[in-house]
Amino acid sequence: MTDISQSGPMLAADGTPLKRSLARALRMQKLRALMLIAPLLLFILLTFILPVADMLYRSVDNRIVQDVLPRTIEALEDWDPGSNQLPEEAAFAALAADLKDAANAKTHTKVAKRLNYENPGIASVFRKSGRKVKKWDVENDGPYREKLIELNDGWGDVDLWKTIKTYSGVRTAGYFLNAVDMKLGADGAEVRPENERIYNTLLIRTMRMSLIITFSCILLGYPVAWLLANLPASKANLLLILVLLPFWTSLLVRTSAWKILLQQQGVINDTLVWIGLVDDANRLVLINNELGTIIAMTHILLPFMILPMYSVMQTINPTYMRAAKSMGATDWTAFWRVYFPQSVPGIGAGSILVFILAVGYYITPALVGGTKGTFISNLIAYHISTSGNWGLGAALGAILLAVVLLLYWVYDKIVGIDNVKLG
Amino acid sequence: MADASNVDAFVEFERVQKSYDGENLVVKDLNLTMPKGEFLTMLGPSGSGKTTCLMMLAGFETATHGDIRLDGVSINNIPPHKRGIGMVFQNYALFPHMTIAENLSFPLEVRKMGKSEREEKVKRALDMVEMGAFGGRRPSQLSGGQQQRIALARALVFEPELVLMDEPLGALDKQLREKMQFEITHLAHRLGITVVYVTHDQTEALTMSDRVAVFDDGRIQQIAPPDQLYESPENSFVAQFIGENNTLEGTVKEINNGVALVQLDDGELIDCKPVNVSRPGERTRVSIRPERVEYNKERLQEGAHTLKAEVLEFIYMGDIFRTRLRVAGNDEFIIKTRNAPDQTRLQPGQQIEIGWLPEDCRALDA
Repeated sequence: MTDISQSGPMLAADGTPLKRSLARALRMQKLRALMLIAPLLLFILLTFILPVADMLYRSVDNRIVQDVLPRTIEALEDWDPGSNQLPEEAAFAALAADLKDAANAKTHTKVAKRLNYENPGIASVFRKSGRKVKKWDVENDGPYREKLIELNDGWGDVDLWKTIKTYSGVRTAGYFLNAVDMKLGADGAEVRPENERIYNTLLIRTMRMSLIITFSCILLGYPVAWLLANLPASKANLLLILVLLPFWTSLLVRTSAWKILLQQQGVINDTLVWIGLVDDANRLVLINNELGTIIAMTHILLPFMILPMYSVMQTINPTYMRAAKSMGATDWTAFWRVYFPQSVPGIGAGSILVFILAVGYYITPALVGGTKGTFISNLIAYHISTSGNWGLGAALGAILLAVVLLLYWVYDKIVGIDNVKLG
Repeated sequence: MADASNVDAFVEFERVQKSYDGENLVVKDLNLTMPKGEFLTMLGPSGSGKTTCLMMLAGFETATHGDIRLDGVSINNIPPHKRGIGMVFQNYALFPHMTIAENLSFPLEVRKMGKSEREEKVKRALDMVEMGAFGGRRPSQLSGGQQQRIALARALVFEPELVLMDEPLGALDKQLREKMQFEITHLAHRLGITVVYVTHDQTEALTMSDRVAVFDDGRIQQIAPPDQLYESPENSFVAQFIGENNTLEGTVKEINNGVALVQLDDGELIDCKPVNVSRPGERTRVSIRPERVEYNKERLQEGAHTLKAEVLEFIYMGDIFRTRLRVAGNDEFIIKTRNAPDQTRLQPGQQIEIGWLPEDCRALDA
């Protein structure tokens, strides 16, 4: 007989600790489960997580300046930009050497492009000088200060040197400052002049309009979801198909349809004029502004609000309402005190879904938003695909991500994320 | 018969009919009168119309035809929230987003009662069901039996005179159910409230009620106190539905002095009490309770008709013995005997003679 009243860890029948024994027994199971999800995990890692991480890193990445102008940066180390004096001859010599190597490797345009974001005009100075410096004998052609300024008087501008020095680090906050309408001056961060500010306005507009769209979706979607959950099954199914119908049509087609409906010579205005509600000379401006974006996006995102609300409402037993009424509550009180609180998780889930989709939307605002109704994502798209300023695009994207996470956190504090359910 | 003239009537159904689809009647010509303070159970199989009746009384369904009166006032057009009827639901319907105290406070709040009075009443109601310490909990933190008590307290907290209960004990296990049955009846009698209780469990109906209304096919088949219902069923449905029952089929030979002579289909003759047979030649179903069957010759009445029986199966059930017999071609004839020291245990294959008192053997409709 073994002594059962032993102290210490529980032992299995063969004397090994029970915990180890259990872990061994479960290991195979865990391994098999891991193997099952491994392909998806790998796919997500390669196609989603790594690219997103890379994109986010681009928002602070500034290695190009260091890589292309190493000697210049070293020579500028002792230079005080606050003195408003041009740097010493050594810096010019280093620049000439760097520029020659860069021009041979054709990297001088890249650094030019990077610095041009911070100080427009630099690009042409670099590009023009690059071609010439290529032919110089950098060992013996000095002194370079006069030579370079002669080549392009841009080199005689102290601001150009300040920019190079300010953006000489491997990482920079420049893109992020840019994204919030600030810039990195010689004395640290400063707000841009009023006529250069665009991103803050756009970010706030994106948030505001996304909230309006979310609330419109709640108002329009709630009664529909209620009907869906309370109609007999056959009718509810038909209604559900109607709710899902828009998904069967291309997003572009739906957005274009709104263009036809909303434009000044469009169906809605024609009808209103024909009825006599609107004067022919004062047709309503329903598109290419905020209103157009709100109308079209509310319509497009409505199913994402209705479906979670519907699935939550389906779980609310109708006897709750009956119980409330049997206790003396009017229809409205029973709804407001008993039914509505139980449907809040559905509203929460729908709102999060719609808001997050709305914040990142860009096709619809681009098509019906004109200039007043565009979103921050339209500018992100512009920087990624047109202007080529990936760093700024990445910074804007990162800010958008941060704001959404912040709102998600606020929502969790106020409503509680456990209160969100999709059914 | 409708007894609308009854001055004591508190709840009245007069010629009430209900149809959902305009083609079939779920409730057919229902007449019912309840005095104040009565505990009435509506018993019946599912689809018999009992729950529909309860819902019409509560106001969640409207009667297609007829009149429902509460305390002499027709309530057909009064919405549920103005009827002042307490109700306990099958799944309790405790509001999951409110605490127990908030649940109980709800009916008082909608009556615009002051805060201190509300708290006082909630406390009293919780103490009444011995749940005083649970006011701050959520319904999901309570066991089924506790939720049941809260549902009861919530239906009673605004002091309604009439309380409806729709299979309130259906979700509880057997022991708890029996305990709650007693608690509910005691509470109802102590508070003097009128209760309409719906169930499909006949034991529940028998143990709890002052009167039981047996529903089938949209009609009340019989309405009577439990003992009458069990011992004197008025038709074969009630006999079959309430308790265990043996049925033998046959034809009435003659009726003399309140005793009917029935010839069973295999030719044997037995004496019965005629209940709803009136003339010789009529087909009948004879009903005998298993515990009223006697096979000990010494205890049988002199000259009573007996039947031959073969023992098919003997089941030991602890407090009772249950024996399955073949009697007059019926293989499902059951007798129940008490497990007493002097009781003989029958063996399968044994041939015995069985008999009973004529009044225990009721000749009902075929």
